[in-house]
Amino acid sequence: MENFTPWSALAGGALLGLSASLLMLFTGKIAGISGIIGGLLNPQKGEFKWRLAFTVGMVISLFILIPFAIELPALIKQPVVQIIIAGLLVGIGTRLGNGCTSGHGIIGLGRFSKRSLVATSVFMSVAAFVVFIRQQFGIL
Amino acid sequence: MLKVIIALIAGILFGAGMIISDMVSPAKVLGFLNISGNWDPSLAFVMGGALAVFTPVYHLIIKKRSHAINGEKFSYTSKTEIDPTLIAGAAIFGAGWGVAGFCPGPAVASIGGGSTTVFIFILSMLTGIVIAKHYLQGRLPLPLIGRRKKTCSL
Repeated sequence: MENFTPWSALAGGALLGLSASLLMLFTGKIAGISGIIGGLLNPQKGEFKWRLAFTVGMVISLFILIPFAIELPALIKQPVVQIIIAGLLVGIGTRLGNGCTSGHGIIGLGRFSKRSLVATSVFMSVAAFVVFIRQQFGIL
Repeated sequence: MLKVIIALIAGILFGAGMIISDMVSPAKVLGFLNISGNWDPSLAFVMGGALAVFTPVYHLIIKKRSHAINGEKFSYTSKTEIDPTLIAGAAIFGAGWGVAGFCPGPAVASIGGGSTTVFIFILSMLTGIVIAKHYLQGRLPLPLIGRRKKTCSL
């Protein structure tokens, strides 16, 4: 538990909640990242610009934080094949499952959606299981 | 125009939330998922913080409105059916999350760091999204599952 950082986690989480609240209240849209990105690949009328703006905002947030001495953490070294497999699974899974950690885990759970509760329980359990297996084989 | 400005602000807040909470660190994510090892519960607090803000706003303000402030309809689904596609998709996503410690939000918020790893992850994820789209439209079989019989308009 030496890496436990509850306060920055709560503060960052509150910003995610604020973002989702603003977007939904003002525009009716869902701050689900897999959905927003997916929609960029398949542009529909009236659905492209806001998605692009949201994505651009996410990317530039780093440069707004850097003057406050907040930076990205160093990444762990992982084989390229592993990253590619992970990316493919995340892309396919979020599209079939209609959402990711944000869409299901924040907006869906906040709305008390049964589908999101099921999806969140499933992806959390499977992810924990995969990490458990990796731990057993010493590849973590 | 309001929609684009709000989306930009919401995107900045979302990216900042991902970075400040350290969701952008795969090591941190894997530490959270590693329940049987040296468990780091921090990321449960990210979800807790997000829900603590969004849940009351949704139930006390948004749900009582018929339309969003810009006049558009709310785009959340009223679907309640738990179908196999939802469960399979969530399981596939969970597997990918556990394999690298990246999910879509943190990956996008990390683009500015210029890391090749993030870049490769995002390209693969976009490829996965396209594959899933073709599968859902009944045009492409997936390994183990085959071709989708029922087509839908996703």
